Amino acid sequence: MAEQTNITVENLSHTYMPPKGKPVLALDGITLSVKDKEFIALLGPSGCGKSTLLYLMGGFLDIQDGQIRVNETPVTEPSRDRGIVFQHFALFPWKTVIQNIRFGLDKMNLAKSERDERARYYIDLVQLHGFEDSFPSQLSGGMKQRAAIARTLAMDPAILLMDEPFGALDAQTRMFMQAELLAILEKTPKTVVFVTHDVHEAVLLADRVAVMSARPGKINEIADIELGGGPKDVKSPEFAEMVDHLWDGVRKEALAAGQGR
Amino acid sequence: MNIGLQRIHTFAVKYFPLVILIAIWELLPALGIVSPDILPSILAIAVALIDLFASGTILEHMRVSLFRAFTGLGLAMVFGITAGVTMAWFMPVRIVLNPLIQMFYPMPKSALIPVVIIWFGIGDASKIVLVFLGCMLPMVVGTFNGARGVDRETIWSARSMGTGDFEMIWRILLPSAMPEILNGARTALALCFALLVSAELLISRHGLGFLIGNYNEIGDNTRMFAVILIFALIGYGADRLYLLLRGRTLAWMG
Ligand SMILES: Nc1ncnc2c1ncn2[C@@H]1O[C@H](COP(=O)(O)OP(=O)(O)O)[C@@H](O)[C@H]1O
Ligand SMILES: [Mg+2]
Repeated sequence: MAEQTNITVENLSHTYMPPKGKPVLALDGITLSVKDKEFIALLGPSGCGKSTLLYLMGGFLDIQDGQIRVNETPVTEPSRDRGIVFQHFALFPWKTVIQNIRFGLDKMNLAKSERDERARYYIDLVQLHGFEDSFPSQLSGGMKQRAAIARTLAMDPAILLMDEPFGALDAQTRMFMQAELLAILEKTPKTVVFVTHDVHEAVLLADRVAVMSARPGKINEIADIELGGGPKDVKSPEFAEMVDHLWDGVRKEALAAGQGR
Repeated sequence: MNIGLQRIHTFAVKYFPLVILIAIWELLPALGIVSPDILPSILAIAVALIDLFASGTILEHMRVSLFRAFTGLGLAMVFGITAGVTMAWFMPVRIVLNPLIQMFYPMPKSALIPVVIIWFGIGDASKIVLVFLGCMLPMVVGTFNGARGVDRETIWSARSMGTGDFEMIWRILLPSAMPEILNGARTALALCFALLVSAELLISRHGLGFLIGNYNEIGDNTRMFAVILIFALIGYGADRLYLLLRGRTLAWMG
């Protein structure tokens, strides 16, 4: 995909109107631009509106106030170019792992051999070999999450929206998947918006990290993760410093969120 | 080790109540507590049953009843599932149909028997329409609830993979609503026999329900019980078949 893919979020606010109870202001004036092939991590305490922002970028929720544009075209509905990995996986429970992965793949304009090839490749990548014919109900949380990741990656979207995609994985698998994600992006560069509450993960993966405030979500800070160029060295003092710095910001917000705002 | 014994044990526990029932049934007339005219012995009923089959009397009536029940039920499933899923997906349809369903749901459908007879005569059509009307509601409600209950992220993820409206209904809503659709189908299955017998008993010239009423009128209680037994067996068989299909269809629920 040679063309440019950037995302512009301008002055975006979002209010949930529950049928019962009072309106919830989830996002308050978010402005953010994600450059072509950039990896942005969204960091913030639970409930600050990270998922909401991702859903709006995906085109799943109606935009009430402000704008989101992808390559200067306003986002109005979901698109195959914007692949998403949901926090709670959203696998189709009546389909097996392979059927889940084939669902979107089979709608693409690809030769059958190519689709077979891709399905097999991503099954292997997420280490679900041998579980192709299992139903989601037969898998652990981590395995479901990996199946969901494979399903989205297999479609090779230009934009990847990921909502705490490694949250259900054990530490080893998470490290492995982080490395694999970077390797995939190396091969097929994409524009990525990656939600996490793991500061270390954000610094490790992202080009820039946006730290959000407690609800209503605003962007407090956008940190450039330039640690002297080249591959990041997690053992370097710069890395630790950046993690510490971002941690402070997140902790403050988490405390604010905890104080019953 | 004692799996065989275990099986026999479960089997015994499962059918013990049935054995007790049969024992009481046999004892009551034998002890002179009730007259055998009112409660014929099981043996007599079994003989009557075999005779009904051997003489072929019953086969035509059975064919008529099964045809009516399953045509009505089949139509109810097709229309009920279609209506339920359309209601769930399209708001205008929901707004129009919901009040109607709320109104008709609690109404005893057997109250419609005279109406369908006036409109559709005393033959097959009135029975099929009655079964159809009665069974349609549990199908609509089950499908609607199931389809409404689909997680929004499930729908979104299908959308983001390029799923259009029709495909969404067919490939996402229906399969995820399947557990509730099948619950509705079980209610409908029980209801279809109940309505059919009521209608056939009341006004009909054919069918097992008619036969029950007929034997009752001429005072042949043994044959009457034999036909009732056939209904019990058909109902049981249909339910077993249902459970088998349900198990197959919902294997994914683990
Ligand atoms: N459908 C909804 N109705 C009402 N409130 C909601 C809804 N979804 C989310 N919220 C609220 O909006 C806020 C942001 O939610 P969310 O975007 O899920 O946060 P995060 O992903 O950062 O944990 C939370 O306070 C949450 O309770
Ligand atoms: Mg979230």
